[in-house]
Amino acid sequence: MSVLKSIGGKLKSYRTGGNQETADHRWGMVVDLDRCNGCEACVVACYAENNLPVVGEADCAVSRAFSWIRIERYVEGEYPNVKTGFIPIMCQQCGKAPCETGCPVYATYHNQDGLNVQVYNRCVGTFTCATYCPYDVRRFNWRSYKPQAPLDEQLNPDVSVREMGVMEKCTFCIQRIVAAKDKAKDENRAVKDGDVRPACVQSCPPGALVFGDLNDPASEVSKLAKSPRRYRLLEELNADPSVIYLKRVADEGKNE
Amino acid sequence: MSNHGHDEETKVRVDFKEVNRDIFSVMTDTGPRYYVVMALFAMAAVGLFILPWAYQIYNGQGVTGLNVPVVWGVYLVNFVFWVGVAHAGTLISAMLFITKTPWRRAIARSAESMTLLALFLVTLFIFIHMGRPWNFYWTFPYPNQRQLWLNFQSPIMFDVFAIGTYFTSSVVFLYFGMIPDFAALKHHATGWRKQLYSVLSVGWRGSDKEWHVHGKATMFFASFIMPLVVSVHSIVSWDFALSIVPGYTKTVFAPYFVTGALLSGFAGVITMLTLVRWAFPVTKKYITLMHYDRVGVFILVLSLTWSYLTGLEVFTGIYANTTYETEHLIYKLAVSPYIYLFSLMIFCNTVLPLILILKKVRKSTSAMFVMCLFIIVGMWLERYLIIPNSLSRKFLPYMWHDYMPTWVEGAITIGAFCAFVTMFMVMIKIAPIISPFEVKEDSGVPMEKGGH
Repeated sequence: MSVLKSIGGKLKSYRTGGNQETADHRWGMVVDLDRCNGCEACVVACYAENNLPVVGEADCAVSRAFSWIRIERYVEGEYPNVKTGFIPIMCQQCGKAPCETGCPVYATYHNQDGLNVQVYNRCVGTFTCATYCPYDVRRFNWRSYKPQAPLDEQLNPDVSVREMGVMEKCTFCIQRIVAAKDKAKDENRAVKDGDVRPACVQSCPPGALVFGDLNDPASEVSKLAKSPRRYRLLEELNADPSVIYLKRVADEGKNE
Repeated sequence: MSNHGHDEETKVRVDFKEVNRDIFSVMTDTGPRYYVVMALFAMAAVGLFILPWAYQIYNGQGVTGLNVPVVWGVYLVNFVFWVGVAHAGTLISAMLFITKTPWRRAIARSAESMTLLALFLVTLFIFIHMGRPWNFYWTFPYPNQRQLWLNFQSPIMFDVFAIGTYFTSSVVFLYFGMIPDFAALKHHATGWRKQLYSVLSVGWRGSDKEWHVHGKATMFFASFIMPLVVSVHSIVSWDFALSIVPGYTKTVFAPYFVTGALLSGFAGVITMLTLVRWAFPVTKKYITLMHYDRVGVFILVLSLTWSYLTGLEVFTGIYANTTYETEHLIYKLAVSPYIYLFSLMIFCNTVLPLILILKKVRKSTSAMFVMCLFIIVGMWLERYLIIPNSLSRKFLPYMWHDYMPTWVEGAITIGAFCAFVTMFMVMIKIAPIISPFEVKEDSGVPMEKGGH
């Protein structure tokens, strides 16, 4: 009976959403919209860090732009009373990710750090993950993107260059997370808050993006996540995203 | 189900020898015109199906009109469409066998062949739509040293098993039913045909015991295959219904897809039977207007059910009353050109089949043929209006984007029909398109008297 129980317990642990209860970390990001000024430095940093191909005007026009993080712009109202807003959107690293149930070959799955990871080598390109993703953050290699002449000199050796026909998306700069964990292990300590800084967070001039471990109550993201301005994108879909937005209230009352 | 009244009407009374002669003549009497037409279709299949696909494999999915919100396009539409076409064959050969419906006999074999060929195209369309089709075998559960396994949560995985089961059982059922026919035909054949049919008939002698076992086994296979009529297309519909995309995530999808599949399948059967009757006038003895009448009744019922479920699908969207569903419905029902496509779909699948109420229409081959072509177009549009159209209006308005198929997708779609016709024309010449032994059963004479 005890054997059955242990097997049952194991099966149950596989079923718990994203197994982050037992996970070492739950990496998360806080986006403070009061601080964000829409400069798109994060987008450029992401292109440089993750070997994203620059696809050109024609492909962007048919909605094949490759940015893993994008600044969405919205315009509200008629001419004299126009109100514009913008919001940076990257993969939300959902705890109960809709994309993960779609992939037939486990090319996208939940890892022990609470991350929604993508295995490029395993991807067969069924597009199911991109269909199921409510945030439209997945990007597809529509053809072989060869890095153009000066840009091939700056490819990041820690990140692969993806093949034609595979799906990809924001990884929260997993290569930096791995490096930080290795360093911490060498120094015989746990990963500290601030050890990992993804490229977008590092390059954000106003410091609108904050990255850290949501499992650690002392981390900066956990403190910011308690803000009353907190919300998560499309929360009603119950995907349990790890990216927390802080609502913009700076100009409230001025445009009325 | 007892319909003795119909029994007399549905029986095809032909002498046993004549049956064999007629059906064998369909297979062997091939004029030059047949070869020319077949060659033209084969060339079209190569030029419009295989070459564009090769071009796409070489250059990547970028040659299609797909983009980031709309990642499922015409290929998935074709995939669902051909699974649908396959369904009528199974219904006729299995479900109507179990209910002992007498009129199925003359048309069951051709409908089953259609199932098999359509499923072949279905499999191809899965690979065509993949980003890296050369890795297709990764979606099968095979033991490997890297301990890679499959995600059984994935509806795509359900599909692999559903289509795999369907394909395997269709092949077995079709071949098993053909064994007595091959045995009968080998006596008429000479040359390579004789050798082929001798091998394929696996030593069938036609003893009472063999017939008994054959009957039992057919009943077993039919019972096994019958649930597939419902389950396979339900599973295909779950590819969409199990997501959270507005326009996809509807519980009505399983019955809706199954009904639509049977509707398009029966339309396909009529189209094909009409062409067979036109190309081989001798088959008019077996495929009679009575068959058109019966299938017409089926199409009428299915069309009405389909219309009800379409209404239900739209209604669930309105009733959900979320902004996402509403945006999707506005896009589908109020934006050009989709409103015109939607109206055309309703005309083809709901309005036009209403004329089947008249027996005169059901008994007119040309009227049925034209109407079935319209239904095929309408059912293709139905899938188009669900699959790429829902993805154009997902959650975040910034990412909304339209989808327009490119010439590659158009060519492959048309090429698939050409490939189907080519394969069917080859099939007619190799295997009997009407089952001689089932037709003979209609005559009600003991088997011993007829020889084969």
